[in-house]
Amino acid sequence: MPISLNDLTDVKRVLETVLLAHGRPVSTAELRKVFEDELSPDFLRKALEALRQDWQGRGVELVQVAEGWRFQTRPEYQVYLERLNPEKPVKYSRATLETLAIIAYRQPVTRGDIEEIRGVAVSSQIIKTLEERGWIETVGHKDVPGRPALYATTARFLSDLNLRALSELPPLPEVMDAELLSPRSPDSPTEASP
Amino acid sequence: MLAEPSPAVHDAPVAPRVRVLGEEWTELPRDLYIPPDALEVILDAFEGPLDLLLWLIRRNNINVLDIPMAELTQQYMAYVESMRRRRLELAAEYLVMAAMLIEIKSRMLLPRPVKVEEAGTEDPRAELVRRLLEYERTRLAAQNLDALPRLGRDFQPVSVLVVKLAVERLPQVRVEDLLTAWGEILKRARLRRHHRVTRQELSVREHMSRILRTLQAGGYKLFSELFPAEGGRPLLVVSLLALLELARERLVEIVQTAPFAPIHVRLCHADQPE
Repeated sequence: MPISLNDLTDVKRVLETVLLAHGRPVSTAELRKVFEDELSPDFLRKALEALRQDWQGRGVELVQVAEGWRFQTRPEYQVYLERLNPEKPVKYSRATLETLAIIAYRQPVTRGDIEEIRGVAVSSQIIKTLEERGWIETVGHKDVPGRPALYATTARFLSDLNLRALSELPPLPEVMDAELLSPRSPDSPTEASP
Repeated sequence: MLAEPSPAVHDAPVAPRVRVLGEEWTELPRDLYIPPDALEVILDAFEGPLDLLLWLIRRNNINVLDIPMAELTQQYMAYVESMRRRRLELAAEYLVMAAMLIEIKSRMLLPRPVKVEEAGTEDPRAELVRRLLEYERTRLAAQNLDALPRLGRDFQPVSVLVVKLAVERLPQVRVEDLLTAWGEILKRARLRRHHRVTRQELSVREHMSRILRTLQAGGYKLFSELFPAEGGRPLLVVSLLALLELARERLVEIVQTAPFAPIHVRLCHADQPE
């Protein structure tokens, strides 16, 4: 049965198959390649949007992230998936998350920059953890003695956080004196008790 | 210095916060007491000297833009001192911070030269405040990042299983290929079955020859003597088949004179009348 490039249903079906089968987000450039570049970007965009609409109201959704388009489960069904697979996902330490936050918001940064902000040495394990997750990478070396590596976040990092661009990160919190004095959130150090 | 135990301290977070400089906040507990046993637990929760300082500031309801250096330094040093007593592997960063606090404190004690009052002179605490605020922003940003839905933790990628996803691309198999392969198997099976049949025929032939050889001496032989005593049922069956085959081919003659009388077998001779 020939596929018509003018038929929205046909194009949607191809897109659905490719996106479900690829296993990784597929960029719009790659999707155009699927149609041998014979599909106009506008029509592709329209088809993707229509496909996204088709999947509304289901446990799986089509989303656009930094690396492209992908199908993923809706967060509200995560609890059911976890019952099937009781293995708990990794929980990152405060040190790891703070390091990640500095790289994400201040990139590109060196280890020294991170240490300056956090006031403690950056353990190699933290950098390794983030690199292995594919969230940060070395993008160059600072032209200072020692030529320290400059770290930046990857497209994978954005995709894994459901984001399309760095600009979609939550804005850096403005910390005023008042906020410094507000009660700490639950992760704060254990309250002393005699 | 660690102050003497003061029960009011533990109510600090819920006590009304009075942030007016000077007298009023002195009503609130200024110091805090941590039982020595809890210290290690608490220190494990800190991410470094900035984190500890921020916590002290918060616990003391200090205005971060107007830090009473003497008190803060005193409290901080008390912690560092107990840390040193308890944990030899105290991170150097805590000592660096201690040095920084003492430096700020001493600079504040020095009279400021009036002439350089204009540009360039700032509160010696400014750098500390900047770092504290920067760290606090980072701490909150990290919390925000952690709160974002995360692949693998809050949702999963969805993918249908496709064979080509295997790193090594495996050979393709179509239904027709299966049919062809099955045909080959059947063909080979037929060949094998044919061989088996041939061997059985040979086997019968072999016993036909044996029986003929036995009868070669001439005369009648007792039917029962033509069957080997040993060799089991298959051999008896084959022998019977051989005998019947010989009879059918008119190579032997089987005779019985009366019902239940012994059966005799002898060779047929072409010259003998039938």
